Amino acid sequence: MLDTATNEVSTAPRKGLFARGRGSGRQISPWQQLMLQAFCLIVAISVLFPIMWIVSMSLEGRDYQRPSTLQVLPSKITFDAYQAVIEQPTSASSPVSFWRLALNSFYLAAGVSFFSVLIGVSAAYAFSRFEFTGRKWLFLSIGFILLMPSIATLAPLFAMLSRIQASWTIYKLIYFGVGGVMLIGTLLIAVNRLREGEITLRSGSLIALGLAVGALLIYGGISVDPDAKGQFNLRTSLYGVGFAMISGALPFAIWNLKGYLDTIPKELEEAAIIDGASPNQIFFRIVLPLATPALAVTAFLGFMSGWTEFALSFQFINVPENYTLAMALRTMTGQYATVPWSKFSAMSMMISIPVSVVYLMLQKYIVGGLTLGGVKG
Amino acid sequence: MASVDRSIERSNQEGGGELSFWQRTKRTRTAYLYLVPAFFVMAIITFYPIGYQFWMSLTDFGARSVNPYAKTYVAPKYVGFDNYTKILNNDIKKIDADLNTFNFWRILGFNLWWTFSNVIFHVGLGIIIAVVLNIEGLWFKRIYRAIYILPMVLPQLVIATVWRNMFDAQSGAVNLGLAAVGRLFNANPDSFHIRWLQQIEDPIPGIPLPLSYFAMLIANIWLGWPFMTIVATGALQSIPKELYEAASIDGATGIQQFWKITLPLLRPAMVPATILGIITTFNLFYIIYFISEGGPLGRTEILVTQAYKLIQGNSLYGIGAAFSVYMFVILGAISAITAKISRVAESYDA
Repeated sequence: MLDTATNEVSTAPRKGLFARGRGSGRQISPWQQLMLQAFCLIVAISVLFPIMWIVSMSLEGRDYQRPSTLQVLPSKITFDAYQAVIEQPTSASSPVSFWRLALNSFYLAAGVSFFSVLIGVSAAYAFSRFEFTGRKWLFLSIGFILLMPSIATLAPLFAMLSRIQASWTIYKLIYFGVGGVMLIGTLLIAVNRLREGEITLRSGSLIALGLAVGALLIYGGISVDPDAKGQFNLRTSLYGVGFAMISGALPFAIWNLKGYLDTIPKELEEAAIIDGASPNQIFFRIVLPLATPALAVTAFLGFMSGWTEFALSFQFINVPENYTLAMALRTMTGQYATVPWSKFSAMSMMISIPVSVVYLMLQKYIVGGLTLGGVKG
Repeated sequence: MASVDRSIERSNQEGGGELSFWQRTKRTRTAYLYLVPAFFVMAIITFYPIGYQFWMSLTDFGARSVNPYAKTYVAPKYVGFDNYTKILNNDIKKIDADLNTFNFWRILGFNLWWTFSNVIFHVGLGIIIAVVLNIEGLWFKRIYRAIYILPMVLPQLVIATVWRNMFDAQSGAVNLGLAAVGRLFNANPDSFHIRWLQQIEDPIPGIPLPLSYFAMLIANIWLGWPFMTIVATGALQSIPKELYEAASIDGATGIQQFWKITLPLLRPAMVPATILGIITTFNLFYIIYFISEGGPLGRTEILVTQAYKLIQGNSLYGIGAAFSVYMFVILGAISAITAKISRVAESYDA
């Protein structure tokens, strides 16, 4: 069909009879232009309407309870409401600070996306580049799990994680143990490097990072007071929620990364094989560097879903100090919420802006990946 | 990667003539090595819970069975397939006053209709707007494209909570906007206190759908069409312009060109996107949970939100597990059907 079409075009006297000033397509008349502009404008207004509404309410000041007239442009511009949210995000009875909520959401989102990409990429590599027994069925099983909403395994995860409880002393010991190993290990490396006089900027900063993390962990261990806290329960901690969230994020990471890896041309790897590289060398030296944008996009998508995750956190967490931004937003919404709507709007904006800005910057890569890795497999 | 496999086989054969089993499976072993971390983690937090879920669904696992270290602990008791039959017969209504509107078949039916009606709008609007944006000579294309992506960019949680407040009967932007328009026509502004999310009477006589369904349909159309537009735009830009030129030489009108050229060539891209849309809309938790909360009278409940309420609100872990097992079966059936449809569509293309 395509061939005949191009043939006809090339034989048709286009330049003479059908020339319309352009090489292709129909030229639209002013009347059509007007109609189409009206259509596009209506669509644009419908898209912008809720966004403008929420932006203008968030700029109204801290005590703007509820609007009585429609207002899509702010009557004044003040960041009072944002300040009010930072001072006291939820009701006065809840002692959690905004930064605590934001940090909890950040820890969850960053931890889950980092971990799922870290272990997902090697599985994606195997699915993308190896032929092996059971490949199809293993990949289909991942696809099937991907179809399931995270709520489909909520009950068993809740029951399982609730069973894991320990005294906070053990928790404290784990902090001391990991922190100590990190501190001593980095110190040994540092001493070794110093003796050989091989400290570069890179190794120096890595050593500093190791020391800092080790010291932080030790400090964390010291600050835990086992008597004040009762039992440590994995389910109510951020770790428990993180585990449950990884159960959804990991299949997504594998599926998405496999789609990206499939698009990386294989010529480089073939050349490396001829040069005698092993699969491991190919993975670490060629595939991983080429896949960096894909890793970043997949990690970001994981981060975005973790940053606003609600269902699991709301079910698992009952300790106020572990509450997340999404849970706080929930208390500000709905019929019986007493929070001023300017504060609700400011909170929505503060949750959206960080992820939305990054999304817009990565948009080109994300859209390509969603349609390609997400569906075609 | 077939060629690489072959080259490795070749180098192996050159090295040692007859290959032992150990040598032949070298690549499979390397592949498994790469799979081990992910499948180890998934075994613990995905596959084992699925099995555990099945066991839970055969017990009367309740709130007191959660904490085995508590004094009030009650071990879950085996009840066979009781939970499953209770769900199908809607007997769990009697357990809790919260659940007195529970009706499994109504939830399933509404869920299917919800998915179908939404995806139709998403795909239809998505294609129309993509085609309009693709018209040559249209002004401000770039501005429109930049605006139209916004619903995709915002977190769904925020979109859902914002639309919940938009549909508020007293101060929501929808009612206030209608009142503002009504004022132009001298209508009484007090007549625009539409209780979008709470009204029990059906807005259209004869169609058993509550007003909150239409409210959420509006919100979800707003949320869903940009993805379809983006997919369709990508496909439109790969259609060679010569096709349209040839068609107009042959005397085809714009509408004929749309049906005979544009739509058939969009299909390979739109079919997988539609399947993705069906699955995500079927499981769309945030919109329903935050906007209508399943109301009024549980009539806009879908499977995910009902499962969440059984577990989160009512602590019925055993019944919730059985409900989730039903969800697995239903979603498996839907994905099998959609896979079949997409395969039929593919063979039609070829």
